[in-house]
Amino acid sequence: MLEIRNLHVNVDGKEILRGIDLTIRAGETHAIMGPNGSGKSTLAQVLAGHEAYEITEGVILYEGQNLAELEPEERACAGMFLAFQYPVEIPGVSNTYFLKTALNAIRKARGEEPLDAVDFLALVKEKMKLVHLDEKLLHRPVNEGFSGGEKKRNEIFHMAVLDPKLAILDETDSGLDVDALRIVAEGVNALRDETRAVMVITHYQRLLNYLVPDFVHILAKGRIVKSGGRELALEVEENGYVGLEEPTEVLQPVGY
Amino acid sequence: MIALDKNRAKTERYVADYEKIEGEIAAHEPIWLHQIRKEAISRFQELGFPTIKEEEWRHTNVTPIVKREFTLAGAAAIDSLPDTIHHVTFPDSDFTQLVFVNGFFSPRLSHLNSLQDGIRVESLAQAIACDANALEPYLSRLGSYEEHPFAALNTALFRDGAYVHIKKGVVARTPIHLLFISTSPKQAVVSYPRTLVVAGAESQATIIESYAGVEGEVYFTNAVTEIAVGENAVIEHYKLQRESAQAFHIANMLFYLDRSSNFASHSISLGGSLVRNNVNAALNDEGIECTLNGLVMAAGKQHIDNHTYIDHARPHCASHELYKNIVDDHATGVFKGKILVRRDSQKTDAKQTNMTLLLSDEASIDSMPQLEIYADDVKCTHGATTGRLDENALFYLRTRGIGKPAAKNLLTYAFANEIINRIRIDAVREQLEQILRERLPFEQND
Repeated sequence: MLEIRNLHVNVDGKEILRGIDLTIRAGETHAIMGPNGSGKSTLAQVLAGHEAYEITEGVILYEGQNLAELEPEERACAGMFLAFQYPVEIPGVSNTYFLKTALNAIRKARGEEPLDAVDFLALVKEKMKLVHLDEKLLHRPVNEGFSGGEKKRNEIFHMAVLDPKLAILDETDSGLDVDALRIVAEGVNALRDETRAVMVITHYQRLLNYLVPDFVHILAKGRIVKSGGRELALEVEENGYVGLEEPTEVLQPVGY
Repeated sequence: MIALDKNRAKTERYVADYEKIEGEIAAHEPIWLHQIRKEAISRFQELGFPTIKEEEWRHTNVTPIVKREFTLAGAAAIDSLPDTIHHVTFPDSDFTQLVFVNGFFSPRLSHLNSLQDGIRVESLAQAIACDANALEPYLSRLGSYEEHPFAALNTALFRDGAYVHIKKGVVARTPIHLLFISTSPKQAVVSYPRTLVVAGAESQATIIESYAGVEGEVYFTNAVTEIAVGENAVIEHYKLQRESAQAFHIANMLFYLDRSSNFASHSISLGGSLVRNNVNAALNDEGIECTLNGLVMAAGKQHIDNHTYIDHARPHCASHELYKNIVDDHATGVFKGKILVRRDSQKTDAKQTNMTLLLSDEASIDSMPQLEIYADDVKCTHGATTGRLDENALFYLRTRGIGKPAAKNLLTYAFANEIINRIRIDAVREQLEQILRERLPFEQND
C-alpha cells in the first residue's frame, strides 16, 4: 500500500530525513518510534503533503502512485488520513459542518453521491460512540476550546467518519490519560482490517499495549536504525533509545 | 489649493439642484424645515467636497463622485422590483416592508399589513406634510450637518424617506424593513434617502435598512439615518448594503441614545465601488449599552470605509464594537474607530475590536483605533489585527479532503461568521449566510 524508498527530506534547507526505506502492506500496523528530533513528525507531514517539507531524494509510492504528484486533498481523497499531533483550531467552523464538507469532498472524489443531512447525522452518531465524544463537541467550532484529550479523540472521530485506507497517527497518544488512551486505541482497532493499514508514530510504548503493532521501527536522526516486531517496543521501554542510534552520530551535540 | 477650488466649483451643480426644488419646499414644508435646508445647503457650499488633505478623509478619495455629473433623482414609478434585486426583500417573512425607489416611497411595492397600534411607519414626505410638529424635535436635530458635507447635502436635498415612530412601551412584533433601491437605467442619478426613527421610552423594535441597486448601473446614494432611542428602549438596527458594484454609497448614521437604553447596530457592507459609512453613537445618559458590529467584504477594486465614533458623554455606559473586514483582489478597506470618554464618564466600559483578513497581496486596509479618554476610572480596550488565512488551518482542512479553493472559502466564511452569528433575526441571518455561501462556495453540492 505504501512504499517509501530512500526518502530524503529538507526543511528550511536542513536535512531532516536522510534515507528512509519502509514498506507497509494492507492489513499491517506499523509503529514508528524514536526520540525527539528524530524526524517522526516530519515523516508524517511529508506523507500528508505539507508544502514546507521538500523531498530532495527518493520516492513515496501510495498504491503505486507517486505521492509527490498529489495535493494534500488528493491524498485524502485517495484514502490517506493524518491524525495531527497538534490538531488545529478553526474558529467559526462547526465540527460537524467541517466534517460533512470533508466527507462529501471525499465521496465526490470516489464518485459517490453526497450524504444528505439525515444520513450524515446517523453516521456521525454511530462514530461518535466509538470514541465517546461528547455530543456538544459536534456543534462547537473545530477543536476550539477542546481539552487536549478531546482534540485527540476528535482526530480519531474524523478518521472514523472519513474511513481511510491508510491512517497515520502522529503522537495521538501524547498527553492522554490511560482511559483516553484506551478509547483512542479502540477507535483505531475498530478500523483495522485486511484492506487497511495503520502507521502509528509514538514516543512511548504505552499505546502499543492497546494498539498492538505488527512491526516496530526505530527512527533516529532521520533514518530507520532498527526494525522488529512488538518486542522491540518493549526493549525501548526498558532501555530507552540508548544504543539504537548510529555510533558515529551519538557524539553529535543535541540539536545539530 | 487648486484641487480644493475645483471641488468647490463642483458644488455648484448641487446648489443648482437645491434651487430647483426650493420653490416646492417653500410651498409645502414648514418654515423650520425650510430654514434647516437653507442652512444645510450653505454649509455644504462652505465645506465643499472633502479632499484627502482632511484628516477624516485621508484614506478615502471622493474624486470619482465629485467628477461625475449625477442627475437629481425624481420619483420613479415602477410596478415591480427588478428581478435582480428581488432577493433582498425577505419574501417569506412577515416583516413590515417599505420600499423606496431612488429615495421616494413606493406604496405599490410596500406592505404595511402587520402594523400594530402605537407604531407608525410611513413616508417621511407624508409625515412632514401631515404631522410636521411631531418631527420637529428630531429631524436634523440629532446630528450635525455642520461637519459632514454629505450629510449637509442630504439635509438640503432629500425629498422623501422613511419615518418610524414607536410609542412609549410598545413592543414591535415584527421587524420593520426599509428597502432603498436605486434604478438608473438611462443616466446616473443621485438619490438622498432619509430615515428618521423615533423610539419612545421602553419601546422595543428591530429596524432593517437595505440598500440595493441593479448590477451594472452607476448611481450615487447619499443617505442619512437618524435614530433616537428613548429611555430604557431596546432597539436593534441593521444596515445591509448591497449596492451595485459600480455604485457610490455614502451614509451618515446618527444614533442618539437615552438613559438605560440598549442599542445594537449591525452594518454589513457588500456592494458599491466607493463606500463610506459614518456611524455616530451619542451615549447621552447613564446606563446605556451600545453595540456596533460591522462586516465588510470588498473585492475587485472596491473601496469600503467605515468611520465609527462613540461618544461616552455620561458615566456607567458600555459600548462593544466589533468590525471585521475581508479584503480581496485590489480592494481597499478603511476602518477608523474613535471612542471619546468625557471627563465625567466614570465607569465607562468600552471595547473595540477591528479584524482584517487580507486575501490577496494587492488588497490593503488602513485600520485606526482612536481612544480619547478624559475620565480616570474606566475600562477601555481596543485591538486591531490584520492577517492572512492561517496556513496551518488551510493544510489541516486539505488533509481532510477539502480542496484548496474550498478550504480558503471555508476559512473566510468562518471569519465572517462571527459577525453573521450575532444577527438575531433568523431571516436576515439566513439571507446573509446564503449570500456568503454564494460568494464563497465550499460545499461539493454547491
